[in-house]
Amino acid sequence: MIKITQLAIKNLLRYKRRSLLTGLLIAVGVVSVVVFVGLSDSFKRAVVGQITDSVFSHLQVHRKGYMASIDNLPLDRMMQPAAYRKLESILKETPGVQGFSPRIKFGAMLSDYAQTTNIRLNGIDPAKEDIAAPLLKTRIKSNETDRIPLKKGQMLLPEVLSIGMGLKTGDTVVLVANNKDGSVNGMTFEVAGIVESLMGPGGRDGYLHIEDAAALLRMEQMEISEAAIRVTDFDRIEEIEAALRNALEPIVNQQGKPAFEVHTWSQLSPFYNVVRMIDLMTLGIKVILIAVVLISVLNVMMMSVYERVREIGTLAAMGTSPGRIMGLFVAEGFSLGLASSIAGAALGLLVLLVLNMTGVDVAFGTRNQIFSISPRIAPWDVVSACVIVLLVSVLASLQPAAKAAKLEPVEALRHV
Amino acid sequence: MDLVVLDSVSKIYKSGETEIRALSDVNLNISRGLFTALVGPSGSGKSTALNLIGCLDRPSEGTVLVAGEDVAKLDRKTSAAFRGKHLGFVFQDFNLLPVLTVAENVEYPLMMIRNMPKNSRTPAVSKVLEAVGMADQAQKYPSQLSGGQKQRVAIARALVGNPELVLADEPTANLDGETARKVVSIMKSMRDEFGTTFVFSTHDPRVMDQAEVLFHLEDGKLVPAEPAGGEVRND
Repeated sequence: MIKITQLAIKNLLRYKRRSLLTGLLIAVGVVSVVVFVGLSDSFKRAVVGQITDSVFSHLQVHRKGYMASIDNLPLDRMMQPAAYRKLESILKETPGVQGFSPRIKFGAMLSDYAQTTNIRLNGIDPAKEDIAAPLLKTRIKSNETDRIPLKKGQMLLPEVLSIGMGLKTGDTVVLVANNKDGSVNGMTFEVAGIVESLMGPGGRDGYLHIEDAAALLRMEQMEISEAAIRVTDFDRIEEIEAALRNALEPIVNQQGKPAFEVHTWSQLSPFYNVVRMIDLMTLGIKVILIAVVLISVLNVMMMSVYERVREIGTLAAMGTSPGRIMGLFVAEGFSLGLASSIAGAALGLLVLLVLNMTGVDVAFGTRNQIFSISPRIAPWDVVSACVIVLLVSVLASLQPAAKAAKLEPVEALRHV
Repeated sequence: MDLVVLDSVSKIYKSGETEIRALSDVNLNISRGLFTALVGPSGSGKSTALNLIGCLDRPSEGTVLVAGEDVAKLDRKTSAAFRGKHLGFVFQDFNLLPVLTVAENVEYPLMMIRNMPKNSRTPAVSKVLEAVGMADQAQKYPSQLSGGQKQRVAIARALVGNPELVLADEPTANLDGETARKVVSIMKSMRDEFGTTFVFSTHDPRVMDQAEVLFHLEDGKLVPAEPAGGEVRND
């Protein structure tokens, strides 16, 4: 094998310019894949991290049927206190659950005594919410940065309404809401902070203390819209979701059907479609790489066979077996792919290293949302790009190599 | 037993509707150790006969026996193995591999065909390069050699595996007269040193003088000639 590879490398070096150009083309393809995968993966992680850590958390549990009408923020499909207590005890016992936050979600009217508008609100327990959505506090314009600046009697106002109504921290507003029986209640709140917008559902919500929410909705006992759950390991979300689903399955409602429904962030956020699109683009760029390698290696190897027909005849006449002749040409394609992929991967990693050191600012959602991402790539992604190149190089070499092996020695020797 | 036996051998090439008889009912025997020439004008069938003896082609009719093997019955793989084990080739255009040095060219059959270990290959290569007077050029590439030197390397490559038979198709056609004589002289001395049977084709009278056996071919047929030894049959 080593001697075949040595001869293959010598033959590749025979046509230095052609081999170099082809190798360069393949290397550029590998660089593109490595840099794109590195950038897109880091972008994905940054944005997914932002969405899950400041809005959705990783998992959410609702009363069965709540999700079907979530756009209405229904107050008649909330978890009753007894049901939430059961959920709470299961969550505390489920391995992998780092923390959870109960939320009361509802719609209300916001008034500054001069203007009135609609608002979506989340009643939260600030301490628990800080565990379930640790980045929420970073989106709040406030003097406090180490915790969610929310006490009873205060609210966090979404940025769009703050700008639209000219409200600022310290102002007083009135929230008016209908409870599930249809009666109306109003309470005054102090604006404790302004929440920057984030793309997607929940990204333009206001916040108030969960006990204030219960009081505003005149709940005799606190009912819960959803429990937002943070897991210890992001890569184990599906596994923990399944465990939670199994644990909650035995709890049934009066109709004998499961009382809860569990969803992952990807089922709740439209950004998951963007993630899938990025994955599709990654696949697309890999397909382009395959096409580049296939065409360039096939071209080089076909030229190589065509130009060396007499030489192939000589090798065959001397007694080189057809299999070994085929091996010689496949080894040439393999060597070309190996050298190019190593060079491309090294160059791609160098580019990522430079980008990692300088950082890349990416705008997402609104103009205020600039993510500074530090591109990095998993070793397997680099290896897989190289493996793709090697496999396709060998595949592209097979046809020309088979043609060389099938040449009749006597005819090949006559070739001019 | 003769090393090469051609029994009623014909070779017909078809070009569309036309049939070209390159060899017609040829019978010849070549004994071991002889320095044999196939002579005749261009198109007489010399190369065709060499190709048949060299297992590079199959007869349309008749039998070709080399070292007792009916070579027409060998498939591509066994035919290649047979050539690698029993035969050596010298070509008119030398056909050295341009990417390999002189030593590597000579080493090629031992390394790639006979899978001989490095410690056995090196002395064998040195010995045969010494024999053809090219030991001091071992690290040069074919492009750095003269025509005569290239042909000497080709002879060394053909002999390095100690084949029973070396076939040379017009080995002096691309050489000047003096070099041609030297190359044939080297081939003959190699026969003397290694005991290898040489069969070569030529139409150069200065070269054919050195053959011990001459087979004359004309229009694909063997024609009677004065044998210097061996046997000529023309039924």
